[in-house]
Amino acid sequence: MRGNLAKAVEWTNLQRFRHAPLPRSYTDYLGRQLFLLLLTVQGLAAFAMITLGVILKKCRVARPVIQPRIRQEINRAGASLLPMFVFLALALGFLVIGQTVSALAKVGATGYLGSTMVIVVVRELGPLLTAVLVLARVGTANVIELGTARALGEVEALEALGIDPVHYLIMPRVIGMALGVFSLTIYLIIGALVSGCLFTFLTNVPMTPGDYFRQIVDALTWLDFALLALKTIAFGFFIAIVTCYHGLAQPLRLDEVSRVAVRAVTQGIVVCVLIDAIFIVLYLAT
Amino acid sequence: MSDSPHPPAIEMQDLPVAALRDPSLTLLHEVNWTVQPGEFWVVAGLPHSGKSDLLLHAAGLLAPAAGMCRLFGRDTAELDESQIAERLRVGLTFADAKLFNELSLAENVALPLRYHRNLAETELARTVAGLLELLELTPFAALLPGSVAWVWRQRAALARALVLQPELLLLDNPASGLMTRHRDWLVHFLDELWHGHAFFGGRPLTLVVTTDELRAWQHPGRKFATAQAGNFSVLGAWGGEPFLHNQAVKELLAGTTAKESPVTPVQPLSAPGGPG
Repeated sequence: MRGNLAKAVEWTNLQRFRHAPLPRSYTDYLGRQLFLLLLTVQGLAAFAMITLGVILKKCRVARPVIQPRIRQEINRAGASLLPMFVFLALALGFLVIGQTVSALAKVGATGYLGSTMVIVVVRELGPLLTAVLVLARVGTANVIELGTARALGEVEALEALGIDPVHYLIMPRVIGMALGVFSLTIYLIIGALVSGCLFTFLTNVPMTPGDYFRQIVDALTWLDFALLALKTIAFGFFIAIVTCYHGLAQPLRLDEVSRVAVRAVTQGIVVCVLIDAIFIVLYLAT
Repeated sequence: MSDSPHPPAIEMQDLPVAALRDPSLTLLHEVNWTVQPGEFWVVAGLPHSGKSDLLLHAAGLLAPAAGMCRLFGRDTAELDESQIAERLRVGLTFADAKLFNELSLAENVALPLRYHRNLAETELARTVAGLLELLELTPFAALLPGSVAWVWRQRAALARALVLQPELLLLDNPASGLMTRHRDWLVHFLDELWHGHAFFGGRPLTLVVTTDELRAWQHPGRKFATAQAGNFSVLGAWGGEPFLHNQAVKELLAGTTAKESPVTPVQPLSAPGGPG
């Protein structure tokens, strides 16, 4: 019995485990993942800088080819998603905002309505929800299209024709997605606030539409507009960068495209959350 | 850069040809090869012998890891966007055409013109329509590449490479998968380009064609080279002494001329002689 107790003590001696060498495969795995993460961050940063350079340097080059492509991308990442966003705005208004207004009215805290709506809808929910939905709808398509184009050798074909692939394939997508996320966020916020107002009427909340909108207008500052614009453009820009990077920056085989699409969407969400965190710090600092 | 007024169209010295998909993999060792303006070269080799990657090096799309590769006297390693005019002196078609799938055949052909030349739409449409007619593509102009037969995709790729009127045309296995009639049309058309086609103002083109089937390209005026087992061998004109002893030539002819002599002089498919 004494021997077993000694063994039990020995087994629960954490010091022994702390100083024991980790299994090699485990450290290899962690090191490899960390190294891959650093390489991805480095690659994304380099790709973003290159794209920004091309946008600034070639904004007037080959306009008969590039301008229709930009319009097409704005339509794809903006106008064509509008019906879905109208539905979403109605749902958001009825399900979240209306209930919030009702709850505030029940506890007699309608005075906080404006600031609550601005924080929840204008600063956070509107931009982030738009970014995630555009990432899912258009970002995924970006990775698949570009990955397939890369796998089929269209990038080499463009280079053979003296056409810069970043200019032809990436620049329109980045501009289109930045403007698309910006516009859709505005529509989503307006739609959600209006439908929220409608819900408050339906549920007999003791508040007039005039009071509802006046409180929201009073709670909004110029900084909200400026940071909203910056944030949504940043969301669109980086979603496009992440998805285009994964689709285009590395040679792919056709069978790798679906796996890369999943990875790009995951990284896109992480990037959106990181950008959101940076903007929260900015809001709190001002 | 060369000081000569007429530098070679392509000049390679001790150039290792790396694979596009894996640049660490060397497919051909120390290629030494010069293509003079007005010449018609046929580079023969079995599949995966490095022919396609050789063309990518020649077109300046792959930077040389060692040695030297010059395009019209200019080092391809130094070719950047500021020298886009030099790049556009070269037209390249790929073995699998590599058309843009979301664009119609006409849009594929118009793309380089629309991108590089500030032409009015009417002039652009006229040029593209003329080229499509020349290559018998007019009935398929509005169709997407995925909905037309291989031969028309290959011709659209050729039209796209020609639309900017290059001086040097590189064609990667252009006769692959073509029926005899279409293959003969292609060889005849390339001969016309070589001599100077009226559509391009009668200016002779320099051509380099890769192939894994030699017989279609037999012609006393063309020059030949082979790529096999990592070695690039310049053979010169058809039927010369180097042909008789070249293993790649024997292998490439074995399937089609098993009962004939490996090198048999044949009548050319078009007018003999070249511009150079």
